[in-house]
Amino acid sequence: MALLEVEGLTVEFGSVATPLTAVDDVDLSIDAGEIVGCVGESGSGKSVTALALMGLVDFPGRVRARRMVFDGRELLSLSDAERRALTGKDIAMIFQDPLASLNPCFSVAFQLTETLRMHGTPEERGSARLRRARALELLQQVEIPDPTARLAAFPHQLSGGMAQRVMIAMAIACNPRLLIADEPTTALDVTVQAQVLDLLLRLQQERGMALLLITHDLAVVAETAQRVIVMYAGEQVETGPVPEIFDTPQHPYTRALLDALPEHNLDRARLKAIPGVVPGQYDRPAGCLLSPRCDFALARCSIDRPPLDGPAGRKVRCHFALDAAGRPTHGWSEEAAAGAVADTR
Amino acid sequence: MLAFIIRRILQSFAVMAVVAFIAFALFNFTGDPVTFMVGQDATQEERARLRSDLGLDLPFYVQFGRFVGRAIQGDFGLSLRQGRKVSTLLKERLPATLELAFVAAVLALVLGVPAGVYTALRRDSWLSQLLLAISLIGVSLPTFLIGILLILVFAVVLGWLPSFGRGDTVALGWWTTGFLTKSGLKALILPAITLSLFQMTLIMRLVRAEMLEVLRTDYIKFARARGLTDRTVHFGHALKNTLVPVITITGLQLGAIIAFAIITETVFQWPGMGLLFIQAVSFADVPVMAAYLCFIALVFVLINLIVDLLYYAVDPRLRIERLAAAQ
Repeated sequence: MALLEVEGLTVEFGSVATPLTAVDDVDLSIDAGEIVGCVGESGSGKSVTALALMGLVDFPGRVRARRMVFDGRELLSLSDAERRALTGKDIAMIFQDPLASLNPCFSVAFQLTETLRMHGTPEERGSARLRRARALELLQQVEIPDPTARLAAFPHQLSGGMAQRVMIAMAIACNPRLLIADEPTTALDVTVQAQVLDLLLRLQQERGMALLLITHDLAVVAETAQRVIVMYAGEQVETGPVPEIFDTPQHPYTRALLDALPEHNLDRARLKAIPGVVPGQYDRPAGCLLSPRCDFALARCSIDRPPLDGPAGRKVRCHFALDAAGRPTHGWSEEAAAGAVADTR
Repeated sequence: MLAFIIRRILQSFAVMAVVAFIAFALFNFTGDPVTFMVGQDATQEERARLRSDLGLDLPFYVQFGRFVGRAIQGDFGLSLRQGRKVSTLLKERLPATLELAFVAAVLALVLGVPAGVYTALRRDSWLSQLLLAISLIGVSLPTFLIGILLILVFAVVLGWLPSFGRGDTVALGWWTTGFLTKSGLKALILPAITLSLFQMTLIMRLVRAEMLEVLRTDYIKFARARGLTDRTVHFGHALKNTLVPVITITGLQLGAIIAFAIITETVFQWPGMGLLFIQAVSFADVPVMAAYLCFIALVFVLINLIVDLLYYAVDPRLRIERLAAAQ
C-alpha cells in the first residue's frame, strides 16, 4: 500500500464556466521511503500539483480528485483542522526561493520553534527550552555552521544556501513521512545546489521519508529518483521507473526534453530546443496538448486527445508512442504517408 | 543608536529654524497689524508710536533675531489682538486640541487597522464591501461637510449631542480635561468622529492593500505549508510585515490630525489651537500665527522621530544595521 495515492487530481482556476485547468487528471503514487521525480518545463503544473497535495490551493482555485489517500486517510474529506494537523507534520514542503520563504520579521529560532510548538511531541509543545534545544539540533542536522549564532539570525542575514538549509530544517522538524521539494535548488548557486541536494538525499535516507522531487533538472532526477512523472501543460504525459524513462522515452515531449540537455548536444553549434511555449488558457489545443510543438504531430493529434495508456507504472499519453530508437510507432508512417500531416505547425 | 538620535535631533533643529524663518517671513506680509489694533481715526503719530512700542519699525532681521531668541525660551511675545502672552494662549488651548486629536487618532487606529485586516482576509463578504463603500465616502467627503452633516443629524434633528464647544472641563493643574465630565465626553464625540473619519479610512485602505500584498508572498505560503493556524499566519506572520508602511503613514497622519484640526475646530467651535489660529489669521496676529506654526512643526518633527524609532522595533533588518553601526 502506497504512502500517498492520488487519482484524477484536477486543479482549476478562474470561473466555473471557462476554467483554467492548471492540473488535469493527474495520477500519483508514492511509496514510503521512495523518491519520485516530477519534471516538466515552467507552466506545466508541477508546483500547483504540489500545492494541491499540501491543501494550499487558495480560493478561487478548485481541487478535485477521485482519490487522494495519505497513509490510509482520504485527504479531501478531512476537516480543515485535521488537514492542518497533517500539513507540516506528516507531509512537509519546501519551496523554490528560500530567502522569500522565510518571514523577514522573525528570527530563525522563532520560526523553527513555532513549527515545533504547533506540531511537536507533547513534551516539545510544553517546554520552550526543549524546543530551543531541538531547533539547535535541527540546524546541526542540516549542517549549518555555527548553529547557535544562526538561531538568533534573521533571514536577511542568511545566504541563499543557508536559508534553504533552514527551510529544510523547518520542514523536517516534525519527522514528516513525505517531503515535497518544489525546485529546492533552482534559486541557488550551482556549487550550493549539489550540497543542498546531497543534504536532502541524506536526510531522506536517514529518516526513510518519501520525497517528491519537483524539478526541471533532469540530471538530478536521473541520479536520485526511483520513478519519474513527466508533466506538460497540467497533464501527465509519461510516467515510469528511472532508468527506463531516460533510456527509452516513449513520449515525444520526454524525448525532446532529454534532447535539449547540454550533454546530448556536445557536437552541435546550437542547443536543441522545443519550439514555442506551453499553451495557456486561451490557446489550449483541442487534441494532444503537445501537437503544435511536436515533431511527429499528424492531423489526428490536433483533433483527438490521447489517453494515458500503457502497463501499470509505465504509462504514456501519445497516439504514436516512440520506440527505443525514437521513431513513432502505431502506424505513424502509414498515416503520415497518407498525407495526414498536421497543418498546425 | 545614540548617534542616530543625536543626528536626528540636530536635523530637527535645522528644520525648526527653517520653519521659524518661513513662518516669520510669511506673516510679515499678511497685513499690517497696527491697522487692526487702532481705530480708523487714529493719527499718524499714534500709529508710529504703537509701531515702535511693538518693535515693528525695526529691520526684518532684527525682528526675526529677537523672535528666535525669545522663542527658544518659550516666549512668543504678546498677542497683538488679545494683549496676552502667546505662550499662555497656546497653553490654554493645547489641552483641547490634544485631547481631540488623541481621541481621533485612537478611533482611527482602533477601528482602521482591524477593518483593514478584515477586508483583506474576507474580501468577498458583504461587510467588507460595506466597509469599503463607507471608506470611499470617508476618503472623498471633505471634513467640514462631514462635520456639518453630523451636526445636522445628531445635534439638530436627533438632539443627542451638542453641536459646539467642549462642554464642562475639569482643571488638572494647568491642563483642562473634558474626559472627566459627562458633557465634556458628549461634546467630544462628534468632533472626534469628524476628525478621525478620513484617517480611519486611509489607515483601513492602507492596511488592506499591504495585507493583500503580504498574503501573496512565499513566506506566508510556507507558513501555511508548516500547518500553522490561520490566526497565527494572519496576525503573527502577515500583520507584522504590513506594519512598517502603516506606521509611517499613521505617524504622519497623527501630525496631520493635530495640525489640520483647524477645520474641525472651526466647524464645532472647539476651543483649541486651530480655532485660535484661524482667529489670529483674520486679525494678522503675527506672534500667534508664528508660534502656532512653530508648534505644529515641532509636533511633526517629534512624530517623525518616534516613527523612525518604531521602525526598529518592528523591522529586524533595520535593527541589525543599527547594532552594526553602534559597534
